[in-house]
Amino acid sequence: MKQLTPSRKKLVNNSITYGIVIIAYIIIQILNAGGMISPAIQGQLVPICAYITMAISLNLVVGFSGELSLGHAGFMSVGAFSGVVVSLSLQQAIPSGPVRLAVAMLVGAVLAGLAGFIVGVPVLRLQGDYLAIVTLAFGEIIKNIINILYVGVDENGLRFSIANEMALGLGEGGRAILKGPMGVTTNVKLSSFTAGFILVLIALTVVLNLVNSRAGRAVMALRDNRIAAESVGIQVTKYKLMAFVTSAVLAGAAGALYAMNYSSIAAKKFDFNTSILVLVFVVLGGLGNIRGSIVAAAFLTVLPEFLRKLNLDQYRMLVYAIVLILVMLATNNESSRIFFSSLRQKLFGSFKRKGGAR
Amino acid sequence: MAKKFEKPKMVPVPSHSIVPERDLGKLPVLECQHLGIDFGGLTAVNEFNITIGPSEIAGLIGPNGAGKTTVFNLLTKVYQPTRGTILLNGKDTHGMNTAQVNQAGIARTFQNIRLFNNLSVEDNVKIGLHNQIRYPMWDGILRLPKYWKQEKLAHESALELLSIFGMQDLASHEAGSLPYGAQRRLEIVRALATNPSLLLLDEPAAGMNPSETAELMENIVKIRDTFHIAIMLIEHDMSLVMGICEGICVLNFGQIIAKGTAEEIQANPKVIEAYLGSQKKGGGKR
Amino acid sequence: MSLLSNLINGISLGSVYAIIALGYTMVYGIAKMLNFAHGDVIMVGAYICFFATQNFGLHPVVGALLAMVVCTALGVVIERLAYKPLRQAPSLAVLITAIGVSYFLQNSALLLWKSDPKVFPTFFSFPDKATGEMKTGISLFDGGLTITYVAIFTVLMCVIIMVGLTLFTGKTKMGKAMRACSEDKGAAQLMGIDVNFTISMTFAIGSALAAIAGVLLCSSYQTLMPTTGSLPGIKAFTAAVFGGIGSIPGAFLGGILLGVIEIFAKAFNTQISDAVVFAVLIVVLLVKPTGLLGKTIHEKV
Repeated sequence: MKQLTPSRKKLVNNSITYGIVIIAYIIIQILNAGGMISPAIQGQLVPICAYITMAISLNLVVGFSGELSLGHAGFMSVGAFSGVVVSLSLQQAIPSGPVRLAVAMLVGAVLAGLAGFIVGVPVLRLQGDYLAIVTLAFGEIIKNIINILYVGVDENGLRFSIANEMALGLGEGGRAILKGPMGVTTNVKLSSFTAGFILVLIALTVVLNLVNSRAGRAVMALRDNRIAAESVGIQVTKYKLMAFVTSAVLAGAAGALYAMNYSSIAAKKFDFNTSILVLVFVVLGGLGNIRGSIVAAAFLTVLPEFLRKLNLDQYRMLVYAIVLILVMLATNNESSRIFFSSLRQKLFGSFKRKGGAR
Repeated sequence: MAKKFEKPKMVPVPSHSIVPERDLGKLPVLECQHLGIDFGGLTAVNEFNITIGPSEIAGLIGPNGAGKTTVFNLLTKVYQPTRGTILLNGKDTHGMNTAQVNQAGIARTFQNIRLFNNLSVEDNVKIGLHNQIRYPMWDGILRLPKYWKQEKLAHESALELLSIFGMQDLASHEAGSLPYGAQRRLEIVRALATNPSLLLLDEPAAGMNPSETAELMENIVKIRDTFHIAIMLIEHDMSLVMGICEGICVLNFGQIIAKGTAEEIQANPKVIEAYLGSQKKGGGKR
Repeated sequence: MSLLSNLINGISLGSVYAIIALGYTMVYGIAKMLNFAHGDVIMVGAYICFFATQNFGLHPVVGALLAMVVCTALGVVIERLAYKPLRQAPSLAVLITAIGVSYFLQNSALLLWKSDPKVFPTFFSFPDKATGEMKTGISLFDGGLTITYVAIFTVLMCVIIMVGLTLFTGKTKMGKAMRACSEDKGAAQLMGIDVNFTISMTFAIGSALAAIAGVLLCSSYQTLMPTTGSLPGIKAFTAAVFGGIGSIPGAFLGGILLGVIEIFAKAFNTQISDAVVFAVLIVVLLVKPTGLLGKTIHEKV
């Protein structure tokens, strides 16, 4: 086999990742046009795109920055609800649906990034499991705050309250958008599979380009050996924060996309379990392996639907749990790993996997 | 190729400075005054005073646990000093963190090798170039022309630096998979990439055989001469220390017990005692 | 008066958290893993006790003991099947496996025992000496303040467990083996300690504690569902971190404080009580990054 230089290899590798995403989009569009996709799967297309974006963005933090975050759904939540508020309050100003969706996603991304910054500054001073528990805590706090938040809009602009709908004091023609624990109940669905596809491409470009650049190398250096990285002049907080905020920005956009796919959505959708779900995508796909994140997110989002089809409906979460445990055991246990790698060698010849950025 | 190394004359004994004559009158690269650190109640380093000239190769020796690595950690602010000042090129490093100290001019290697094991050799050096070849994060994400220009520059510089040790062919290897000696050399290259004025080497010859050590000695002198920097090294291999260090500082129980040239140190009774133990207490002659 | 009553409720809830957190902290200290399935073992324990007393008419004490036995076995089996093969694996892989186990337990419970909440009986009611009617607590200040028997029992139980565990880890041979394993498994093995057995023992103790916590928790709050364990599990984990994970007195202190803060926050505003709890945790960790009683570990350079 011809020896490839690392930069070449990265280029080829990244091209394959882009290729998979683009080809998957084209195939699904063709199948969809031919009416060959069941409504159940069709309904999952936008969530799959949102979860893929979430997985890509979380991989930046967990895989490349090496920090365990258990509260990523919090940023998704910030993006989701700020996006919905923007979209509903700009209904008159921007009649075009796609443009409004883009604006909503942009605002969602910026506000989630801001939240990421606010959370990141204190959180990134901690390390290891302590950092993990604080991200969990922030995720729960964000959920709780949105759960008591009321937002309405009238001719004077946006109004906020944490008491109840009446306290908004909306004027004539005003209406409540976000109603505390009930969430948003009158959303206008704007998301489409194409929008999701574009978001995935953007997330992919941002993360892959970032990782293969000066800033990305600094982030990975901090992951591999913090003290050595500092000793060559890399500022810890700056680059950890940069990765964290970038990740939150992408999560915010994903949240906005996700929320715009439903006519009603509440804060409890983005709880600890959602954070864990995304983390499972990242770990199953492989830390630092963006392509793996994409495949894992798509596969695991569709898996319960398939189980539903096979009339295993009541067992689907049980099967999901068993699959999860078995995959972790198979990929991480020493003896099973040796078995798999020898199997792979027999099948594909001497194929050596390289670490670092893929 | 490196110049033949000649032993310089030292400053007269009373000052106990270890700056070679040619560096006198120049601004010292490093000046420590009353430097010290306590861990809880334990004084690990105390009254550490040293001056190092801008083109000097200095040695820091002492028995195990004397506090040598702690001195390096103080200089690079891995530990914050409890007292004393560190002047780097005349500038006080008070309040700086490790990264800022590196930007101000100190680079180091580690006793227990600390490479970025999952990254390639070239990337390790490029990370060393982090503050030398810069471009904003946005240029990287959007792949603007500046990205391509600076990345090309970084690639070329990395290979050039690796060629000091003839390691350019290893550029695409994973750093963690290199043999031990190559890892040590890569650490030095990575430190040099940060364009320091003072290079700290923590046991650079550890685990090397005599011929490798001899080659390393040549390379250390060559590095000093090509990069015009000062080097301070911790080493247990006395042939290396006595062979290339112009000024030597001996540390025991966190205190400097002797400073001077190789000859002076070898003749110093305190040093002999620190290494071999007191004759009175230890009993029989060795 | 409501202040005092809140304080008592807080300490009682905190004691439950503390018992769970003790199990968490022991497992963390020795296996260095966040056992996310711990909360679901609580739920299993509570169900076992519920069915033992309601369907088979066993005495509550027998029910609780049975729950402990079943949970101990469950904990050991989980460790053997799911965690032991991953001893050398990266901690994230173990974490995800633990999450898988948690999902597994929850969904098995959902299939076996259905999602409808069970009303857990009050075991702690005793006849009043004067009137003979059944009472669930002691009335003080002419009924101004009621301390339930279950609250008193929970706090007592928690203190006994804490003292017992401290003595166990400090004085016994097994306890010393556990501490040795938590410091350095390799070195412990070289000193002739059976590391695998020690880890199994730790899971056994942790799971038995989880069973007790499950019975006490459900006696206080009286509803039992397949998801009953997950939130207390997370809260107890928070408590363990709060007090300094790996430290037994830390878990106790963290649990009690967390319970008290939660009850007071609930009195202030039910909807954001969790947010207040987590906010306090964040503040504590920012001031003391390894928890209240945690040891600071210096990285050797």
